[in-house]
Amino acid sequence: MEITFRLNGEVRRVETTPTRTLLDWLREEAGLTGTKEGCNEGDCGACTVMVTGADGRAAALNACILLMPQVEGKSVRTVEGLAGPDGTLHPVQQAMIDRHGSQCGFCTPGFVMSMATAHLNGRTDYDDQLAGNLCRCTGYAPIIRAAEEAAAAPVPGWMREDAVPKAGRPDAEAELCRPDTSDALATWYAAHPDATLVAGATDVGLWVTKQLRELFPVAFLSGCDDLRTIEVTESDIRLGAMVTIAALQELMSAHHPSLAELLRRFASVQVRAAATIGGNIANGSPIGDGPPALIALGTTLHLRHGESRRSLPLEEYFLAYGKQDRAPGEFVEAVTIPRQPDTLRCYKLSKRFDQDISAVCGCFNIRIDGERVESARIAFGGMAATPKRAAAVEAALLGQPWTQATIEAALPAFAEDYAPIDDMRASAGYRLSAAQNMLRRAFAEDTGAATSVLEIAP
Amino acid sequence: MSTARPLPHDSARAHVTGAARYIDDIPVPAGCLHLAFGLSEIAAGEITGMELDAVRAAPGVVAVLTAADLPAHNDVSPTPTFHEEMLSSGEIHYLGQPLFLVVATSHLAARKAARLGKITCRERKPVLTIDEALSADWHFEEGPRVYARGDPDAAIAAAPRLVEGSIEIGGQEHFYLESQAALALPQDDGGMLVHSSSQHPSEIQHKVAEALGLPMHGVRVEVRRMGGGFGGKESQGNALACACAVAAQATGRPCKMRYDRDDDMVITGKRHDFRIDYRAGVDDEGQILGVDFVQYCRCGWSQDLSLPVADRAMLHADNAYFLPAVRITSHRLRTNTQSATAFRGFGGPQGMLGIERVLDHIAHAVEREPLEVRRRNFYAEADGGDAGGGPSAPRAPEASPPEDMSRQKRSLTPYHMEVEDFILGGMVARLAESSDYAARRAAVAAWNAENPILKKGIALTPVKFGISFTLTHLNQAGALVHVYSDGSIHLNHGGTEMGQGLFQKVAQVAAQSFGVAPERVKITATDTGKVPNTSATAASSGADLNGMAVKVACDEIRGRIAGVVAGLRQQDPAAVHFEDGMVRIGSTAISFEEAAMETYQARVSLSATGFYSTPKVSWDRIAGIGRPFFYFAYGAAVTEVVIDTLTGENRILRTDILHDAGRSLNPALDIGQIEGGYVQGAGWLTTEELVWNDAGRLMTHAPSTYKIPACSDRPRIFNVALWDGQNREETIYRSKAVGEPPLMLGISAFLALSHAVASCGPGYPALDAPATPERILAAVQRVRA
Repeated sequence: MEITFRLNGEVRRVETTPTRTLLDWLREEAGLTGTKEGCNEGDCGACTVMVTGADGRAAALNACILLMPQVEGKSVRTVEGLAGPDGTLHPVQQAMIDRHGSQCGFCTPGFVMSMATAHLNGRTDYDDQLAGNLCRCTGYAPIIRAAEEAAAAPVPGWMREDAVPKAGRPDAEAELCRPDTSDALATWYAAHPDATLVAGATDVGLWVTKQLRELFPVAFLSGCDDLRTIEVTESDIRLGAMVTIAALQELMSAHHPSLAELLRRFASVQVRAAATIGGNIANGSPIGDGPPALIALGTTLHLRHGESRRSLPLEEYFLAYGKQDRAPGEFVEAVTIPRQPDTLRCYKLSKRFDQDISAVCGCFNIRIDGERVESARIAFGGMAATPKRAAAVEAALLGQPWTQATIEAALPAFAEDYAPIDDMRASAGYRLSAAQNMLRRAFAEDTGAATSVLEIAP
Repeated sequence: MSTARPLPHDSARAHVTGAARYIDDIPVPAGCLHLAFGLSEIAAGEITGMELDAVRAAPGVVAVLTAADLPAHNDVSPTPTFHEEMLSSGEIHYLGQPLFLVVATSHLAARKAARLGKITCRERKPVLTIDEALSADWHFEEGPRVYARGDPDAAIAAAPRLVEGSIEIGGQEHFYLESQAALALPQDDGGMLVHSSSQHPSEIQHKVAEALGLPMHGVRVEVRRMGGGFGGKESQGNALACACAVAAQATGRPCKMRYDRDDDMVITGKRHDFRIDYRAGVDDEGQILGVDFVQYCRCGWSQDLSLPVADRAMLHADNAYFLPAVRITSHRLRTNTQSATAFRGFGGPQGMLGIERVLDHIAHAVEREPLEVRRRNFYAEADGGDAGGGPSAPRAPEASPPEDMSRQKRSLTPYHMEVEDFILGGMVARLAESSDYAARRAAVAAWNAENPILKKGIALTPVKFGISFTLTHLNQAGALVHVYSDGSIHLNHGGTEMGQGLFQKVAQVAAQSFGVAPERVKITATDTGKVPNTSATAASSGADLNGMAVKVACDEIRGRIAGVVAGLRQQDPAAVHFEDGMVRIGSTAISFEEAAMETYQARVSLSATGFYSTPKVSWDRIAGIGRPFFYFAYGAAVTEVVIDTLTGENRILRTDILHDAGRSLNPALDIGQIEGGYVQGAGWLTTEELVWNDAGRLMTHAPSTYKIPACSDRPRIFNVALWDGQNREETIYRSKAVGEPPLMLGISAFLALSHAVASCGPGYPALDAPATPERILAAVQRVRA
């Protein structure tokens, strides 16, 4: 297949295979070895490149799990294209030298690309912007000093990307589809129900790089702009399946700040810029962070098969481990979240705060009418084989006075709702007591007690 | 002065532009082949059949090698006393062990093919844990090793109080960002050129020569840089280099191998995990009268470097404290897991955490301020003048008497070495003041009294780390320096660059010798063809050993230049000075270039080797008596944390560090080692958890499941300062080694967490490491019970 994109300012038309990663292509075919492979699964950031879409927005992405068809029509900038044409270093590069931000240097190309992208986008929340870049040498302090030092410098002119000339409509291939509308996707997928759909590839990418799978037949959805829409009405928020976690995070900061904070800790900027809410749901993982919050908000899932559509409460989609209520050829088209007063509290528990998978993710949407619990929607990830509502806990709270005594009385109900497992993230016993304690925390927050270690100053 | 300047890393510009080449970035000749190992899926047993036809038939596969196909030695062990097969000849020792080698036209083709092997085995129940190894009586060496001084049993029995307990200390994955890699290029004379991401090029040379059946002169190994090492590339690169060399010899083509990250974590060794049992007899003020440690060290399947690692754990069981009567028993246990290996600190961190845990436990038991208890037990402070610290350095408070009741001098270690350079009294006093420790400890208590859910903790812990290889003969280094006739300088030595800035430091030493700018010194890749028989760049020794060797070589050449330029002007060579790029002979001054040209034209050699061996060290590791260390490096850290008593989540809020790098060769690079070491040490004791399942499979084999500190995990406030002192021993410009010691500053984070937990109830937290949220929550529940 042919791909057209801009690489460090130059338009490239390349012949490639659909499961070729951008990282391998850069290193093995383009001879650009500055971009490094650290983990080959999107967790270390050594392969970070800057990708600018047709909308002109630049994002740092992990090249190791970015499949070549995903960069169609986009501009890619690698570390080799970060200094100016005359060799003038980008301000973040110069600051990294001046502030001793590199030691072994292997993570450095990824760091400077994340830093340059943040610099371009005017972002100074460095702990978040760099959460997806691991450094084993420096302890990060000098890297942050470098980022701060470079912040005031103007964005170099060469960092602005020109548009990529539109390629011709891709040829239809039997085993490969690059639809540019959801209608086209629906038609093709109905005819190829065993196909793999690739949206952000933050999970499917690992099928390629770690499980060494071929994906055929495969459809790349990055051309389906109509799946990326966000509609906010009086009654609902409708999210197209291809809305990225990054876009959802931005949106939720106004509606449900606790969810926005949960999404801040959803993987890393590189992953959030690629991953989609549709993918997060469709994949059916019991430890995805999107579903528990969306279930707690009463979200409806919209599925499409060919021309037929159906909708169901999100919690009903998850049937069992690895099994969802989705027919072959049917895909997630959108979700709708009802507009509501914000009472959502989301708690993510993991070994590391940033860029870690939840051991437990608890989402509480409890409304108090004066003194009593008027409604309660509680859902957890990491506590069962699927994202799951806490029906017994909800029942134990409903109609009861919102007091410590009610909380304590409701705690045993957790064991009715959940029988979590032991794994490398946490033991079953810890999961259960942490989940119970999250309910205590939700109540304590209402009493004004300090409950978040992230908000404590020395 | 070139030394003492905070110059950037020599490769900094190449790092930030992506120009710095690592093994996988080196342009290779056409036809280069790529390798992958087929791995064992079980932890223990015997191979009964290997069906490899599908592997051979896979696309791109050129060859598949098994143990039977190897031309010479099938041994990649770093130690002559243990045989470690590169490819199993029948026995399976751990899950992840290489069984066969795929040679293919691409990295991906090799990886895909390696999964197609069908191995049948007679499985055995694996020995996985410390307890299982103890019951199976499966260990290295003939039995536990014991170092002792005095009669600890009597001292403990006679002591007013007994403090006893046990601590589990998890291992640690190195997570160097560049995974293991090697590239072998067959030469036209049957020899082999190997590029390796290794801390130990001479050992790579040695093992590759054995694997090919060649003398060592048939193999040349080059190492320009590593993308991180941390000890993980001291011995663990042997298998890749040998595999590449064997495959290159068999095919006549260049061969490259790099481990995919998951393979790297599954195949290679990690930091040893330990359990340390302790019994301490103390007085009512917390002074230790006798202590008995039993260290259980899980070594994995192969001996590798486990004996010296376990030795070093014993040698740091005292840390900064005088132990009047002491016994340290060390069990080196064998298990069916990855062979634990070198990792920054090399056992020292585990031994040190053991005694720091004891001090913390004692303070809790006698209800005394922990820092007061620590000071009371400190070794005797050295004379200020000798120990450095300058005239402005504060003297130690008179917390402890200079001699104990038995009239022993309080400077004798459990291994009978006098601590002559102890400066922690002064350092801790200054750090306590600069970090406002006492007031903050009071503020923590006040805060905890008001907050039911979140609790804070604070701890100050010291580090005393012994500098020298404990295998005494390794304390040597060589260098090769050329001055060209244009005055440019070519520098080579046996040390390797893994990010620590060794090359820059040593270049500064060379520049200082010649009185020229460091830019004039060309840093070159470590090369076994230039400097032979080198030791690993390990044990924090890189700058100490190689800096000295380079200085010797430079001083030799400088002497020859001085002789020539003085002779030409009928002056005394002693009157020749090298400074600011000039050579001054009395009232005359010529440029260094001219001096080099004059020397060349005088037919005097401008090339010299340098050699250095560390003085004073002498050590009997069996008896546990002698002087294993040339000197000690010191440091201290204060860490403040907050924990959530509902979930165990926690945060480092602030860290203050005062560290002793002697008279620093490069303060910027040294501070980089300290900041990075602290965060790595704190990671080891908090988020970094290795989990094996019951079948012996490592479940945390990728960064998705194994969590090294991320950006936001560094302390919110992070104050790092260098102690204004100098090494009392004659090291290179009186500097001190700085690679490993700062890692152990991270112990302060662990004990701050323990302090926060202790505020929840009357019990002692007895926290195990790593202190994950889960372990912290369990400890909170324990102290409340």
